[in-house]
Amino acid sequence: MSTDLTRLTAAELSDELKAKNVSAAEVTQAHLDRIARADGDVHAFLHVAADQALAAAADIDRRRAAGEQLGPLAGVPVALKDVLTTVDMPTTAGSKILDGWQPPYDATITRRLREAGAIILGKTNMDEFAMGSSTENSAFGPSHNPWDLDRVPGGSSGGSAAAVAAFEAPLAVGTDTGGSIRQPASVCGITGVKPTYGGNSRYGLIAFASSLDTPGPLARTVLDAALLQEAISGHDPMDATSIPEAAPPVVAAARQADVAGLRIGVVTELSGEGYQPGVLARFQQAVELLESLGAKVTEVSCPHFVYALSAYYLIAPSECSSNLARFDAMRYGLRVGDDGTHSAEEVMALTREAGFGAEVKRRIMLGTYALSSGYYDAYYGKAQQVRTLIARDFEAAFGQADVLVSPTTPTTAFKIGERADDPMAMYLADLATIPSNLAGNAALSVPCGLAPEDNLPVGLQIMAPVLADDRAYRVAAAAEAAFTERWGHPLLADATGPNSLSAKETSR
Amino acid sequence: MTTPTLVPYPEAVERYDPTIGLETHVELGTRTKLFCGCPAVFGGEPNTQTCPTCLGLPGSLPVPSRTAIEYAIKIGLALNCSIAEWCRFARKNYFYPDMPKDFQISQYDEPLCTDGWLDVTVEDENGAEHQVRVGIERVHMEEDTGKSLHVGGATGRIHGADYSLVDYNRAGIPLVEIVTKPITGTGALAPLVARAYVTELRDVLRSLGVSDVRMEEGSLRCDVNTSIAPRGSAVLGTRTETKNVNSLRSVERAVRSEIEREAGVLDAGGTVALETRHFHEDTGITTSGRIKEESEDYRYFPEPDLVPLAPPREWVEQIRRTLPELPSARRARLQAEWGLSDKDLAALRNAEAIDLVADTVTAGASPADARKWWLGELSRRAHETSTELSALAITPAQVARVAALVGSGALNDKLARQVLDGVLAGEGDPDEVVKTRNLAVVSDDGALLTAVDEAIAANPEVAAKIRDGKIAAAGVLVGAVMKATRGKADAARVRELILERLG
Repeated sequence: MSTDLTRLTAAELSDELKAKNVSAAEVTQAHLDRIARADGDVHAFLHVAADQALAAAADIDRRRAAGEQLGPLAGVPVALKDVLTTVDMPTTAGSKILDGWQPPYDATITRRLREAGAIILGKTNMDEFAMGSSTENSAFGPSHNPWDLDRVPGGSSGGSAAAVAAFEAPLAVGTDTGGSIRQPASVCGITGVKPTYGGNSRYGLIAFASSLDTPGPLARTVLDAALLQEAISGHDPMDATSIPEAAPPVVAAARQADVAGLRIGVVTELSGEGYQPGVLARFQQAVELLESLGAKVTEVSCPHFVYALSAYYLIAPSECSSNLARFDAMRYGLRVGDDGTHSAEEVMALTREAGFGAEVKRRIMLGTYALSSGYYDAYYGKAQQVRTLIARDFEAAFGQADVLVSPTTPTTAFKIGERADDPMAMYLADLATIPSNLAGNAALSVPCGLAPEDNLPVGLQIMAPVLADDRAYRVAAAAEAAFTERWGHPLLADATGPNSLSAKETSR
Repeated sequence: MTTPTLVPYPEAVERYDPTIGLETHVELGTRTKLFCGCPAVFGGEPNTQTCPTCLGLPGSLPVPSRTAIEYAIKIGLALNCSIAEWCRFARKNYFYPDMPKDFQISQYDEPLCTDGWLDVTVEDENGAEHQVRVGIERVHMEEDTGKSLHVGGATGRIHGADYSLVDYNRAGIPLVEIVTKPITGTGALAPLVARAYVTELRDVLRSLGVSDVRMEEGSLRCDVNTSIAPRGSAVLGTRTETKNVNSLRSVERAVRSEIEREAGVLDAGGTVALETRHFHEDTGITTSGRIKEESEDYRYFPEPDLVPLAPPREWVEQIRRTLPELPSARRARLQAEWGLSDKDLAALRNAEAIDLVADTVTAGASPADARKWWLGELSRRAHETSTELSALAITPAQVARVAALVGSGALNDKLARQVLDGVLAGEGDPDEVVKTRNLAVVSDDGALLTAVDEAIAANPEVAAKIRDGKIAAAGVLVGAVMKATRGKADAARVRELILERLG
């Protein structure tokens, strides 16, 4: 077969595999080769599990040859964010404190992927403990945006987004606590979904902020994201916050791909000041496109969204200060100062001092302070009230519109190092994505073009009510189809700027 | 700091009013741990009863045990509490090596059960009974921690140890904490009330079948808060929290000792420090633990890995319907059924024999016989061997069988005691012991008559007295026959035969 298998979508690969036009082994080897070629530049992966991937692929080929009925993802490669546990690969959460830790158990999502026959290629880079918007907080060095290697791929699931955008994997799993799937998807020109909170199991997901963390898919098409989502979603008895309701039928919705008669609400508070002009221009075009497809566009106001960022930076650090307490050198991971001269307490302190990066420490301190007796009501308590108000804003808005839209991020991908010393500027990258984490509803990002001023991807955020994830997929798929028709090709085919991975490859 | 003089107890309670409060931790007897499927069992090789969740491994999550929640609701209902319609678990954050997550999942300001009571009865020195209603502030759920073993160093504490080992088998075992309201106005009876409360609570928990409530094994742990204030003062004194109180007797002694100590401090013009104290079983006094100068900040917040706990009312009512007869009601019923005086009942309670006697009665013995054997011979054996009555190697059914053998005349009391010896020595059921030890009463008149004739021949003076009508003298001959038959004869029959021969 002459086609480059890495250029196919997951849905196409699934069809080819099913028709036995290609083997899982060939597909897997093609992606491993691509990783070997491209990942030196992109650094999407922290760990590539070539042997396990090829063994899993051989197993799928054997089963298919034996006539076994296999699911749609059987033989399709997938990359896992290094925050999900895997028994056969290290799991570090991008932190030195877990360097080399190999968990004794699989995350529920890992297990479901194996059961679906998906081929796990390896573990992707991320901001340490998923805290960041650029992967620059990874203890193992940043990933690079395939559109411009000098720029960040977003974060915290930047490795997953970069792997998909660089054709190193057709699918990747990420996690989204304040935008950590949608923002990297947006700046890498791919699709990323934060499902309804509780729709995907968190068992085996190393926690950052338990009440916000949501695993979800990243892919090059909306349908691919839906295929991955259906393989990993559904109630998990190992996660008390997993919702018992049946998972929304997102694959059917992605195939339906129409917006006729749907009411689309543009959120006033999520555009305007602070947004890059090119981002706003592409967003405006996307809204017009949806209108031209038969959607009814209205403007809705969510007045409390302006407090979302502040509330988030109290709730998330508070939870993280508690969640990350367990990294104390007693049971696993890094241990510093165990030389017979230090007490257990000192070993804990020395290990945490050496093992955590600056951003993690910053958030642990913020959270410890916010939860302290005497400050709790003013900070954590107040932030929870804001959270309720934001959920009510959503409720009211969804009374007026079936889905809400906004730009996914205020800007396109920024340069590596540009915001490293300015946490506030970094935090602003999640301005538009945070409200859906606080309220727990579904939201995704789908490419809507390149910003004219820098030729970098812009994402359209589509938000749907809790458990109505399928509605967001339906609208996203419609937009994707219309855009692809207008552009004459998928957005990623444009990734040929002077600093891009494609340019580098062409010049080789 | 100088050791203050203890004020003799009668004097202390003459001038000071004690207030006490008790916090009791109960290990629930569920099959699994509170938030995972690991077995909740004692012992076992260290760190074998563990999984990612109870080890707090990265990525692991807690899922609450329905049975543990049901047990906690049961306890709340038995203690006349309101069961919350909606409450939450909270994280109590502090660093310690035996805490797998460096926070404990507990409940903070939203406990599962609130505002109940438990009635207890105490007897003052004049034998008068007083009923005291102990208010229950709250009953909440939490997970147990692991266990540290500090090796080396003098104290067995973490400071000064060469190294420490941690066993996480206990981590995640469900605990319920039961907190009383301050108990005031009991005066000199305070130590007795404390003991009576823990006793009654233990009996309630045992009747509910939710815990094996063994203080010495730590499945029931008790912290005692004690404060005193000058007689008539409206302001309560500063309390101390006494830990390491590992028996019912220690509960009473710890309160008494704290009252004596605090009175000494106040008498000397000092102030009682807000602190944790340790009770010492051997000396009967408490010593200072850690001073709570600044209360530790546990940074409690609602546990985000769990959804709120909202037990449906139908479920609560269903649990209420399954509550067993509680100990106080049962005692009243048995007292009436068995025709016992208050004193008789108190004797049974003090000997922890009510269940044993009741089970013996169920096995067919009369209440009087059952009481006789358990409070008499068996209590003596238990005392001699320093074991609990219930720990003796004999079952109520076996005791009932012994009583039946005596009742039918097959055994007399002396032989019956030998049968008990056999059973306790593990020689089998009473009937087997009778057989192997050849302990049946000799009821063959022929065999007895030979012995009777020999006794008459050996005691001519006594025989003459009997012939003269001094029947009371027959006892001497009966004794001689019993001796000759090594106790196996039926004494009443022997007496009849003697009187027939000499009549």
